[in-house]
Amino acid sequence: MLNHTAYLALVLYAASFCCYAWILYAPHLWLGRFATLLLAGGIIAHYYALLERTYGTHTIPYDDLFGSMSLFAWLLAVTYLGLELIHRQRTVGAFVTLLVAVWVAAVSSFAPRELPPPPPARGPLFAFHVTLNTWAYAAFALSFVLSVIYIVQDGFLRSRRPSAAFWRFPALDVLDRMSRSSVYVGLGALAVGVVSGFVWEHRLSGTYALGDPKVIVTLAIVAVYVAYLLLSRTATWRGARAARICALNFAVVLFSYTIVNLYLTRFHRFF
Amino acid sequence: MSAISKTSDSARVRATGSIRVALIGCNHRTAPVELRERVAFTTEQALDAAKQLRSRGILEEAVVVSTCNRSELYGVPGDASPSVADAMEDFLTSYHRIPRGELAGRTYRWLGTDAIRHLYRVAAGLDSMLLGEAEILGQVRAAYSRALEHGATGPILNRVFQGALEVGKRVRAETEVAARPMSVSLAGVKLAERVFGSLKGRSALILGAGEVAEQVVEHLRNRGIGNLCVVNRSFDRARHLAERMGGEAVAWDSLETVLSSPDIIVTSIGDIGSVLTRDKFVRALAARDGRPVFVVDLGVPRNIAADVAGLYNLYLYNVDDLGEIVEQNKRAREAEIPRAETIIAEHVAKFENWRAALEATSIIDDLRGRFSAEREALLRERLAAMHGISPEERERLSKITEDLIERLLQEPTTRLRNGRGVPGHLSVIEALRRVFGLDREEQGRESE
Repeated sequence: MLNHTAYLALVLYAASFCCYAWILYAPHLWLGRFATLLLAGGIIAHYYALLERTYGTHTIPYDDLFGSMSLFAWLLAVTYLGLELIHRQRTVGAFVTLLVAVWVAAVSSFAPRELPPPPPARGPLFAFHVTLNTWAYAAFALSFVLSVIYIVQDGFLRSRRPSAAFWRFPALDVLDRMSRSSVYVGLGALAVGVVSGFVWEHRLSGTYALGDPKVIVTLAIVAVYVAYLLLSRTATWRGARAARICALNFAVVLFSYTIVNLYLTRFHRFF
Repeated sequence: MSAISKTSDSARVRATGSIRVALIGCNHRTAPVELRERVAFTTEQALDAAKQLRSRGILEEAVVVSTCNRSELYGVPGDASPSVADAMEDFLTSYHRIPRGELAGRTYRWLGTDAIRHLYRVAAGLDSMLLGEAEILGQVRAAYSRALEHGATGPILNRVFQGALEVGKRVRAETEVAARPMSVSLAGVKLAERVFGSLKGRSALILGAGEVAEQVVEHLRNRGIGNLCVVNRSFDRARHLAERMGGEAVAWDSLETVLSSPDIIVTSIGDIGSVLTRDKFVRALAARDGRPVFVVDLGVPRNIAADVAGLYNLYLYNVDDLGEIVEQNKRAREAEIPRAETIIAEHVAKFENWRAALEATSIIDDLRGRFSAEREALLRERLAAMHGISPEERERLSKITEDLIERLLQEPTTRLRNGRGVPGHLSVIEALRRVFGLDREEQGRESE
């Protein structure tokens, strides 16, 4: 991920973060729109960077850690942009673009200059499976950010001494809806991604690797997020408690993305 | 703003003379309410006054801005001398039949940039009694729109007032001067918005039918609240408030039965103490499936037991909490003044640039006119004594002198046009007017 378009994407994400952070400090309609435009520009540049990498490795960049991280960051940015447009809420942008920019910067700094050798051809269904699962992780990351903001906002409201930031962040109800939208996107992507993975594997070997730790942890992810969606509608759990569950659920996603992928799985050890 | 057409056609601007805006007025800082109410203008009076100011030749364009805290006359005088302010003050006193001495020291007068800056500060809410109040921008817009519709404004005041409206909007959008609530009732409603987002379609219960309750209800209604329930010890008062605000009155005895439905509860009953206990809220929250409820207790002594605050998904604020938030917000608004002033300075500079561009065009036209007149007079005078010159040679001489003037004006024209926005540019233009005697010429034309 060391091509020029990747650096351009990083610059645009960083500039977008600056604008989002500035509107958090001093609301400005046009600057907000400009921040969105910069983010969109970053997404486009990042797309071309990924495309370039795809041409180099002859596969969608999920086969190595850095390519996968870059794809994750891009999908996170895309998911956030979608949510921003749906919910018309920019104040969360500073946190998401910071995460995206740091992620892309890490990839740009630590990725080796040489591209990894092309992996064995696995077909478009496999690419679809991995891309959707990465998208699900990105959506869960977004719900994590939104849940943390919810918890902070709730704390301000409970303390009855709201800070300056309190008045600028979205309302609890909006954060809750954004977080749930994000989880719905994540679960949808994960469900389709998992099914496509099973179909691909069955076509290849006629079996299902149900005992693979990655599959087990992925099912656990589905379970904890479904539990979150159900609990967030009950009297005891709705509100800040549900937000805490959602934030904690992301630990399982991180576990799946790092420990499981690097050390535990046999079939899913791509990098 | 649909009725207000943006005037950018500089050709419509009077192409001679120095552009000045004059202002005279009094506000809450300079005059007591007894005097302010005597110099206030009704809508009709404001239009009539603007008309009279123009017909009497005091101003060429006029707008009267009159609110409960200020009465201000803005105008473009034909004669930009300081005496115009006297004439405006005379008009103000005679219009309202007030002895002139009564206004002495109670008014402020501004001319030129200071007048524009003042209007921009007014539109931004910086000159208001309640810093950043929202109403003033609407009042300035209304005063200007009416004056525009009745033809009392011209290109200069159009530009000035459109700039003021832009400043007002920008200051409110880009700073926190008007962002945070400054009254206890509004603070309560704004906090509820931090929980629910839009209040449209939400339900509210108002306990008590006093003045504060009424203020809260008004804020809630402005935000499109759905169901509104009013409960009071006196059912008649509850019904009266409910009827006026489009809500429903509920008997005091049925309070507990309606406690589970509202998203927002506002209490403001005096001399009663804790009406709503923790147990009642526990039952209400269970009945509403744990959905959040925002409670504002404005009663003194408090109407809601203190231990209610610990309930999950219940946000309780009492009058002291809201008072502290209002104080915090006041300090935050004051801290935003420098940023608002920066926006104002930016727009004042923008106006000055526009003025400089107009005046540059105006002085070039004036110089060209003046030189052409001198050329024609000189040619007439000299050619009368030169008998041996043919008509063709006369024509050639005329053309050469015409070209000479164009050539002489070429560089000053470029420099004046390029100098827009350069500090001191306007004073250069004014100096040129004086050097070439163009200011006297204007006065002469006006007296004709």
